[in-house]
This record gives sequence, C-alpha cells and structure tokens, in this order.
Amino acid sequence: MMDEKLTFHFDVDGKDFTSAGQASVQVKKNLRQLGIPTEIIRRVSIAMYEGEINMVIHAGGGKATVSVDEECIEIVLEDNGPGIKNIDQAMQEGFSTATDTIRSLGFGAGMGLPNMKRYTDVMDIYSEVGVGTKIVMKVNIR
Amino acid sequence: MKISTMKELLGAEVLCCEEKLGGHVYSACGCDLMSDVLAYVKDQAVLLTGLVNSQVIRTAVMMDMNCIVFVRSKLPTEEMLELARESGIVIMNTDKRLYDACGILYSNGLVGNRVK
Repeated sequence: MMDEKLTFHFDVDGKDFTSAGQASVQVKKNLRQLGIPTEIIRRVSIAMYEGEINMVIHAGGGKATVSVDEECIEIVLEDNGPGIKNIDQAMQEGFSTATDTIRSLGFGAGMGLPNMKRYTDVMDIYSEVGVGTKIVMKVNIR
Repeated sequence: MKISTMKELLGAEVLCCEEKLGGHVYSACGCDLMSDVLAYVKDQAVLLTGLVNSQVIRTAVMMDMNCIVFVRSKLPTEEMLELARESGIVIMNTDKRLYDACGILYSNGLVGNRVK
C-alpha cells in the first residue's frame, strides 16, 4: 500500500466545543483515501474523536499526530492540561470529572477513555498532574 | 428498514439528503449521551436523539450511521445540516418524544443493536 510512514499533524482548539472533532473527521477522510479497510478507519476515528473531545473538555486543547504505515495506525494525543490524578479510576466506565455543562452537551458520561481502549489494540497513558497528558494508541491494520 | 418507511412511521420531516431516503438502516439507537452511542458499533444505523449540537452529527459520522432523527420537533442549525450533507447523512425531525419514536420503530421490526 505504501512504502513510507505517513504522518498527519493537527492542533486541537480548546476554546470551541462546536469545532471539536474536526481533526478526527479529517483523519477519517485521509485514511479512506489511503484505502484502509472501513472497520479499521471506524476504530481509529472513534478513538481519536473521544480523545479530541477529552482534550477540549479537560485540557484546553492540544496536539494530535496520526502516523500510518503498513502494519498499524498510531495516534498520539498530547496536552498541557491538568493531568489525570488516578488513571485506574479514570479508566472505569462511568467515572467522570466533567461539569454539568459538558454533560448537557452529550459528553462527560465517563465513557471516553474506556471507549478509546475498546477500539484500539494498544493504549498507553502518560500523565503528570499539573504538567499534562500524553496518550498513545495503536490500531493494527493486519 | 427503509429510511422512507421510518419517515412515514414517525410522521417526520426530512431536513437534508432527501435523495438518500431509499437507503436502509439495520439497527437503531435512542440516546442523548454521545459517548454511549460511541461505545457500540452499529453499521448503517439510525440515531434518534433529543440532543442538538454539532457533536451529534460528528458522532454519526464516526459511527458510519446514515440517518439521524431529532425528536420533539427539535431543529438542527444550518451548520449542522451542512456537516451532515458532507457525509450524506439523512436528517429528519419528528414531533414524537424519544421513547415513543423508538417504540414505533421497534414495534415495526427495527430492533436495537446487540451488545457485543
């Protein structure tokens, strides 16, 4: 399909909830153009979308990098937000620190991180309180 | 179920992508929490919701859903309709409540998605 690693970079705007998800929509388009199977594209875009929403809700935005090679698609999300105090707790379905405002917008149900894990083959979270969070996710193409 | 059949059953008004009314949906989801919608993949499904913002459309795009029904006569913005057009998602609205709209579709043979 491709000989070299392809990389896409995105800045995720933390001020505007309405535009959250734009990068994920773009990634979906790019992967479709590359001829990646639909099921794989769906898993990548859902995981990235949840991550993007998280960065907007909790961290005031951040950066997203998506790399594609023959073996897998890697999504790296980095922010300079407040960090995650207790990662095990954050990974539990239903646990959320989101505000009522965010809940009224349809998110903050405590499903974001669990969904990201559900749709990816590898997910690692590196987080330091007061410094930021980095999440690395991988979806195998074969 | 054909999208045009859903339109008839719900007495719904089509707000965009009318040319896709001949398409089919194979499962449905009635929900205002987008993360719950994102938790289980539904292929060619319809989303019924009372939530109105751009993230409803993006959630449907991510899930490859092909129809969204806004209940209780809620109206999406032009910006939302434009997002839906880009992805070919049929948008309708109905004066029915979420529970009633889901019940009508279910009792006419459109069952929910099986949890894997």
